Amino acid sequence: MTSNGTLVSALQTRRQEILATWLAQLEHISASSKGRLSSKDLGRQADDFLTILASAAQAHGTDDAGAEGWQSVREFLEDLSRQRVLAGFSSDETATFIFSLKRPIFDALGKVCSDDAENLAEQLWAATELLDKLGLHTVKTFQASREEVIGRQQTELLELSTPVVKLWDGILALPMIGTLDSARTQIVMESLLQKIVETESQIAIIDITGVPTVDTLVAQHLLKTVTAIRLMGADCIISGVRPQIAQTIVHLGVDLLGVTTKANLADALALALKRNGISFVKH
Amino acid sequence: MDRIPILKMGEFLLVTIQVDMHDQLALQLQDDLTRAIDRNGAKGVLIDISALGMVDSFIGRMIADISGMARILDAKTVLVGMQPAVAITLVELGLSLPGVATALNVERGMRLLRQTLAESDDDANFIKR
Repeated sequence: MTSNGTLVSALQTRRQEILATWLAQLEHISASSKGRLSSKDLGRQADDFLTILASAAQAHGTDDAGAEGWQSVREFLEDLSRQRVLAGFSSDETATFIFSLKRPIFDALGKVCSDDAENLAEQLWAATELLDKLGLHTVKTFQASREEVIGRQQTELLELSTPVVKLWDGILALPMIGTLDSARTQIVMESLLQKIVETESQIAIIDITGVPTVDTLVAQHLLKTVTAIRLMGADCIISGVRPQIAQTIVHLGVDLLGVTTKANLADALALALKRNGISFVKH
Repeated sequence: MDRIPILKMGEFLLVTIQVDMHDQLALQLQDDLTRAIDRNGAKGVLIDISALGMVDSFIGRMIADISGMARILDAKTVLVGMQPAVAITLVELGLSLPGVATALNVERGMRLLRQTLAESDDDANFIKR
């Protein structure tokens, strides 16, 4: 702790100088990030960061940035990463915020220990180590925040993608959109079966117009759903089979015998109404 | 020991499973039901499993087996009221119960039984003529 006294004092005595050089660098680098962050905000962030960095360094030494005393610095960086994720920054742009601080600090150290080469080397090493650790922490948080965003979007997608629609008394429709994987099929199947029980519907129409591709796995998922619906005592019609998908299914050798398929939802609805004994008369 | 009651309604048998099945109970039911079909000359069997919340592979196969045995004894079998979780489990176990008729509830199951029976009567008459 005492050995890094020069670094600590440099951070405090030459603060204005460091801040000015750092800001100039940040401005230069962040020319590409125009519009996402104003230079006023950037200046404030840099100013705040230097303040807590200096106070943490003074109070707890610069040896271990993972220590308890550095909590406030880490929290500041975590907040910063989170904000940058939401603002759409890339990971390297975020990390540069910390790494661009190296140059100003090195300059300041150089001026402070201009006559003591040994001490300068030691201080430079301490500063590098400290900033690297903080930079890595920033990147780590940046990635964690981004994964959090992705996870949330995934659950939202799952919820969005399973609407079971009642078309008529006793007729349900499930318009499927997007690629079908095991997890989605499971949720789709469960919500459809639950709805069948609730509404006592005899016919369920699965519309696959929005499914881009059908491979053996997707076909198997579909067959499973159809079988489960049959076991519950309802009937299932698959609609929206595009010519391309019909070709694929036959080429894959998937057996869709015993499953009623229709080219579009209208045909499927007409068939379902007919099975329920409902007919329309045009006046 | 508890048993699952088998009710006779005309030429149909009605089995409602109101408790969670355990292995011994399922075996007992298999035994009782086949005897009952034989004794009553039943033409149709309706098995209501709406209260069955979960199945394992053994019970799943038992349900399939019972339906199959009833069919061989010339009684139409209709399985009614299967819960979504049970249906998903059976499908995942690969038990798709081919040849077993299903219906959403007892009422529809009865209607289906009468319908299929009426159709098979027509067939029989046709052959006699």
